[in-house]
Amino acid sequence: MIQKRKERIDRGIKVRSDDIFALTSYREMLYVAVPPILPVIALLVLPWVLPTYWQKVLISTAVFALLAMSWDFLVGVGMVSLGQALFFGVGAYCAGALNHYARLPVWLTIPLATVLGAALCTLILLPVLRLRGIYFAMVTLVIPLMLERAIEASGAFGGTEGLAGLSPIPNIWIEMYLVCAVALIVLFGFRRLVTTDYGLVLKAIRDNDRAVMSGGINIYWLKAQALFIAGSVCAFCGAFMTHVYMFVGMPSFAMDYSILPLAAAVVGGMGTFAGSFIGAFILVPLSEALRGFSGLRIVAYALSLVVFIVVLPEGIFHYIQRKYQQFERWVGIER
Amino acid sequence: MIEVTLIYGFINSVMLALIALGFGLTFGISGVSNFAYGAFYVLAGYLVWILINMLGLPFVIAAILAVIVTSLLGLALYRFVLLRLRGLVISEVIATFAVGLAILEMFRYLGFIGHEYTVPVFTDGSILIGEQYVDHQRLWIVGIGIVLAIGLYLFTHHTKIGLAFRGIAQDERTALSLGINSDRIAGLSVAFGSGLAAIAAILILPLGQIAVNQGYDVLINALAVCIIGGLGSTVGIVVAAFVIGYAQIITDSFYGPAWKIVVSLVAILLVLAFKPSGLFGKQKELEERI
Repeated sequence: MIQKRKERIDRGIKVRSDDIFALTSYREMLYVAVPPILPVIALLVLPWVLPTYWQKVLISTAVFALLAMSWDFLVGVGMVSLGQALFFGVGAYCAGALNHYARLPVWLTIPLATVLGAALCTLILLPVLRLRGIYFAMVTLVIPLMLERAIEASGAFGGTEGLAGLSPIPNIWIEMYLVCAVALIVLFGFRRLVTTDYGLVLKAIRDNDRAVMSGGINIYWLKAQALFIAGSVCAFCGAFMTHVYMFVGMPSFAMDYSILPLAAAVVGGMGTFAGSFIGAFILVPLSEALRGFSGLRIVAYALSLVVFIVVLPEGIFHYIQRKYQQFERWVGIER
Repeated sequence: MIEVTLIYGFINSVMLALIALGFGLTFGISGVSNFAYGAFYVLAGYLVWILINMLGLPFVIAAILAVIVTSLLGLALYRFVLLRLRGLVISEVIATFAVGLAILEMFRYLGFIGHEYTVPVFTDGSILIGEQYVDHQRLWIVGIGIVLAIGLYLFTHHTKIGLAFRGIAQDERTALSLGINSDRIAGLSVAFGSGLAAIAAILILPLGQIAVNQGYDVLINALAVCIIGGLGSTVGIVVAAFVIGYAQIITDSFYGPAWKIVVSLVAILLVLAFKPSGLFGKQKELEERI
């Protein structure tokens, strides 16, 4: 009995351009260069062509792309976080407090809050670095909820009112290009980082932590470093958004900042950063378009999350990548 | 004052145990995540309300129907979502949590908010305990809660199907080799857990009104009780429910109700950080931390 099976083979151009021959013709060079250049061009051009309202959407899209990439990075080290809102919120409150109480200017609060927020989050999570998998995930899910309720109950940092009237970023062009530049730096930086020796060790911690330990490497120190790197990206987002809204309050710990990045990474495809990037640029504008149905937005996210996890677990980016690099054909197989 | 704390702490503890029983059965005892649990709880409440007020059914039939429908929904959740993800724990958690989110936010979108959304009490009236009046509904909760907790213990230790529930969590391959159809048992476990959520909702919701946000609080409380008690232990659920229940009532009366949920959250954190297998948990001690 002959059964049809699908066979996938790398395209010739992909095989050629994997090697030094990439430099022999424009076709191969373009094949290699076009995909990474596309997001750069998109982020440089978009601020010019979008109407004012969608410029704001672009900012929040880039922020969610950053959060999603940072989530992706943590997953790559074996730490599944269900609470990016923790990093985001701590960064936001750091920037808000520095600006409100110490009266520091914007160009100082954002970098300070980035480092300080990441360091604080790393310290908070230090005792639970030993936990693996779902236990770590539950801790990260609980901490932002707890901080939110604690701020509500204790009234610290303005309590339910939050801190309002913070200094804004001078103009919208600086806002847009700042966040777009950071998004691009993080996208290419993370993609490069995971291929270095350092990134390989981090990946090894995910795959088999005991083997890495027996190699004489202190995995807790490396995990703390990874937390700091991922945390600083999110803390930057928090600090940045604080100054965009000129306000910081309990919504900074909202579930949105945990669920949406996760949805973006799952929809786009995990492990590549480009996937998270694409996912955010699909989901956030989509939800903005659905704004008319207010409450249905979260329903739509949640359902898209379920559908993608069940039906297309590899994500959009891996799917596109496969089509770009391989061709498929049906072959008959004798059974 | 002490009398009030004692009585209401006891009732609160039994309520927590009742909430946690279904979640403990699914997630703790069978090792299948059902993070749509809080959503099922709220869903059951609204179902009862719809059946009584829109279809005009008597309360008893509405309650029984709600339990059955919620169980079937749990089975459907297993069949169409969880079955494809078995073994990928994080994907299970994310997918079921997303399903719960979708259900809860759907109710919010449809406008199920307000004082008119209540479930009727079983019997009206109150009795005097010491110098404190306690209404009948709270006594029903205590009575049925205790019966259910004992029933769950007997079920998971002395019936074939209950032992199978525990078996698939301990070692799925061995369970398979002993003729336990792990897919069927896991599906049943999700269904039973959802049914227990519905029973808890029908018992507890008459004390207040049905609100969408309760779905999240119920999930957090159930998670707290199950983690602190230790996954896979019925005794652990009861003990943890009493620890958290009294801690909540004491913080409530000394610091105010806003801190009540913080207690559960801090308890989860502390236990996860220092003894992730919980007070009575014995399973998977090697897998949870390194």
